[in-house]
Parts: sequence; structure tokens; C-alpha cells
Amino acid sequence: MLLLISSFALGVLFAFGLTISEMIDPARVIGFLDIAGHWDATLLFVMGGALAITLPLFPWIHKREKSLLGERLYLPIQSHIDARLVIGAAIFGTGWGLAGLCPGPAIAGMASGSGGVWLFVLAMIAGQWLAGRFNPR
Amino acid sequence: MPESNLFGGLTGGLLIGLAAALLLLVNGRIAGISGIVGGLITANSLSERLWRGAFIIGLVCGAVIYAWFHGGLPLQLQTSNSGLLLAGLLVGFGTRLGSGCTSGHGVCGLGRRSPRSLAATATFIACGILTVYLTRHVF
Repeated sequence: MLLLISSFALGVLFAFGLTISEMIDPARVIGFLDIAGHWDATLLFVMGGALAITLPLFPWIHKREKSLLGERLYLPIQSHIDARLVIGAAIFGTGWGLAGLCPGPAIAGMASGSGGVWLFVLAMIAGQWLAGRFNPR
Repeated sequence: MPESNLFGGLTGGLLIGLAAALLLLVNGRIAGISGIVGGLITANSLSERLWRGAFIIGLVCGAVIYAWFHGGLPLQLQTSNSGLLLAGLLVGFGTRLGSGCTSGHGVCGLGRRSPRSLAATATFIACGILTVYLTRHVF
């Protein structure tokens, strides 16, 4: 039960970050990616703020045997850079540039009730399912 | 296009980093939103599905709370429905194949100093820039 409460609370906190930074707005994201247009530096500051926390804290958390709730740390085990990683990231980046939406802002953006955002999220889930069928892990 | 929101960006970024660090410290999980959404359907244990569901409901509720205080969300779609459909498919397919998105690779992976995440982040930002250049300035 505690795991569910903390997951919910941290989802709320994550959404506050996405909304206060306005990363939920595709116009901001495309503004950052549009280096030949009227460039918007906001996303750079968001990454900087987030990394100011995760860069010093993650190595320290890694040293723990268990999480505060007694769970093991579920960390990625792969370490080599392969074609699958780079091709996947390239496909993701293309979709990100097309709509200015990535998974976090899209899920939080469902709160706006915008049909376009819901359509994006449903297509995203379908895309994940397709990738799983096409190239199962 | 509005001016850069540097203060909001930095504040929001700190909150995102804090949420990601606490998810690892308290729950032992990586805050990669694409992975959390994907596992909602594919995870084999009920408890794995439940915490993911709670996090996702929290994400939506956080945005609802913000909208309630600010009289709406800052969200202007930049593409037609067919563009959103295509983009959603690409984002879903790509994040599953590449094991992560902006949060998993960009915030958590770089925080863990993972070379894989650095390669993924550089790749998706480069492809995002290229796509915006082509759609805004060429076609």
C-alpha cells in the first residue's frame, strides 16, 4: 500500500515539474528543437535543473542495498550501445520533433481533455505494442 | 512563440529531478515514463501493474491540480490529428525499441552517468532538431 501511495505522490510531483516548467506545452518543446527559428532555451534549463538533482543523488542512492520501502533497486542491466538503442532513439526523436510531445507530458497533458493528446497517447501505446511484437525483449 | 521561461524551467526541472530521485530512493524504481506506461500492460505481476497505475494517475492528477490553480494548462498542439497519430506511433515504437524516453534516458540515465543513455539522448535530440528543421523550414 505504501508503494502505491508513494508512486501516486511522486507522479503528482513529477507532473508539477512538467507543468511549472511548461514542458507539457508542445510549443515549448518544438521551440527548443527549432534552432533555426526563434529558439526557446526553456528545455535546457529543465534538463539542467533535473540533472542538478539526479547527477549528485543517483550515485549515492545506487550504493543502497534496498529502497526506503525495502524494495530492491530495479536498475537497467544493459551497458553496451547497440543498433537497437540508437535506431529506437532516432525513431522516438522523429516523433518527438513532429508533435513536440514525449510520454511524460503526453500522459500529464491528458488532463487538458484535449482529444489530440488522447489520440497521441493511444497511438503511443499501440506503437509500444507493435515494437514488442516486432522485436520482443 | 513566447519568451523562454527560464525560472519556471529551472524550478520545474528541479521538481522533476527530485521526483525521479525519490522514486529510486523510496520505491527502487527508475522514473522512465515510457517504461512505466509500457509495463502497465506487459508487466507480469499485479503489484508491478498497480504501482505503475498509481504513478500514472498521479501524473494526470498533478496536471489537474495545476490547471485548477492556473485556470488551465499551457498546452498548444502544433500538429493535426494525423500528425499526432503518426508521432504517437513513432514515439511508442521508438521508446520501446530504444528502452527509454526523455525521462528514462535524459533525466535518470544521464544522472546514472550511463553511456547508453548519453548515446540515446544525443540521438533523439539530434533527430528532433532535424525533424523540426525539415517540417518548419524545408517543407
